[in-house]
Amino acid sequence: MSGLTVKDLVVDHGAITALNGISFTVEPGQLAAVIGSNGAGKTTLLRTLSGLKQASGGSAQWIGENILGKKPENLVRHGISHVSEGKSVIPELTVAENLALGGIWRKDKKDVAAVTKEVLELFPRLGERLSQRADTLSGGERQMLAVGRALISRPKLILLDEPSLGLAPLVIEQIFHTIDQLRHKLGLTIVLVEQNAMSALRIADIGIIINLGKIVATGTATELINNPALHAAYLGY
Amino acid sequence: MQQAINALLIGISNGFIYSLMALALVLVWRSTRVINFAQAGQAILSTYIAYEIVTRTDNFILAFIGGVIAGALVGAVVEILLMRTLFKHVSDGPVAALAPVIASLGLLGLIRSIIGMVWGNDQKPFFPPVSTNGFTFGSTTIPFSRMNLLIVLGAATVMIIFTLIFQKSNLGLALRAAAFQPEIARLAGVRVGAIRTIGWVFAGTAGAVAGILISPNDAITPYSLDSLLIFGFVAAVIGGLESLTGAVVGGLTLGIGLSFILTYIGTSLIFPATFVVLALVLLIRPQGLFGSKAARNA
Repeated sequence: MSGLTVKDLVVDHGAITALNGISFTVEPGQLAAVIGSNGAGKTTLLRTLSGLKQASGGSAQWIGENILGKKPENLVRHGISHVSEGKSVIPELTVAENLALGGIWRKDKKDVAAVTKEVLELFPRLGERLSQRADTLSGGERQMLAVGRALISRPKLILLDEPSLGLAPLVIEQIFHTIDQLRHKLGLTIVLVEQNAMSALRIADIGIIINLGKIVATGTATELINNPALHAAYLGY
Repeated sequence: MQQAINALLIGISNGFIYSLMALALVLVWRSTRVINFAQAGQAILSTYIAYEIVTRTDNFILAFIGGVIAGALVGAVVEILLMRTLFKHVSDGPVAALAPVIASLGLLGLIRSIIGMVWGNDQKPFFPPVSTNGFTFGSTTIPFSRMNLLIVLGAATVMIIFTLIFQKSNLGLALRAAAFQPEIARLAGVRVGAIRTIGWVFAGTAGAVAGILISPNDAITPYSLDSLLIFGFVAAVIGGLESLTGAVVGGLTLGIGLSFILTYIGTSLIFPATFVVLALVLLIRPQGLFGSKAARNA
């Protein structure tokens, strides 16, 4: 059975077509990097897959089940977690409360406690700041908190929107390293949206390059990295 | 000195009532971004239901419980039937911000008319459960009565329960998350729609408690809580509109401030003084005492 299957997806922003017939497949356990410039439709893609935005056409399935038209609060109960753009934490709440929020709907409180412990082992910095408000954290720490909160719902599929946005190069390297570690350790399927094309492709299995709402190239990450035609146009060097 | 203490005690008693009304307005504002003028109607309807129970059973505790439950239910009904429908039809633009406020004004009128049809527009005496005569110490009698004490204890109990729910429970965490960042709350799995209704239920409860506690000092009419709405709104704005702590502090500040003006200057200045306080707060600290600038800009 396949993992995430998106077929002929069309999404409109009012009169503008943001996504115009997008099709791709991500196998379970794969990391797919979605690359493209500002306004290409990357964020719209993730927002549609997580239920924040309505599609106008096409289909999307996760392990054989339709996910379009479902609410985000229900999709997270089916193992799909979206870490939205711009450090998806609630600044007014403490670090501990932001983490608790990730497990708020779960009945298995023992497992919530266990996974919270794992997250704090993965990101010890968060453990030192549990009672601080999230808006006192650095950009990198907030991103860790956003990913940590998502992990507490024990997701199978993570939709990750520009985790590198606004972070220093060294912190970006750490974040990508952590994402790579996580998916191998937890067997996660990840759709990673990035402008930081090379860093994303280096840890990805497959790459999907979109421009103006259409897919312009797909392939294994290695193929894309080694395709000179794509470099100047989309990969930024 | 004695006069100042009296002013302070009465101010605290009134201030707690203003705080409850402010809490009701802030809870609705936080959960759905609506300034709910109908809150005065919801509260007076709950008070009439308490009045009906107390005249039939002569049991204030039963009336209080019945009135508060009615307040909670009315809050839920207004959110589910009126607000949800409204938000479904107008979700964008300036109309979306204005429509619910106008609708709440209309609802206020509607609730008052329904009360008028059921109970009449004339004054109904709401007999106090405990004495409204001031406590006597030796030969001096102070204006602060057993009823005032009941108001302070009742309001404080509600606030402590609210604080515990908001700070210590998962429901409170969901309510706060949905108020601050509804989208992120949804992505974390919070059913924001249901949580909004619960915000209105809590607001309805707070308003009902305010109405039922303040009315035994006086007679009730369909309009008798209108001025409380204004005091509650001013208190909420003083507190920053976003903050529950701010609502309580704003209510107490206003209550005590007005009580001193009443004692030392005169009754006629109550309303002008209320708005002078509001204007000063907005001029000096537009975000309120407990609000953040960012929240006000949002």
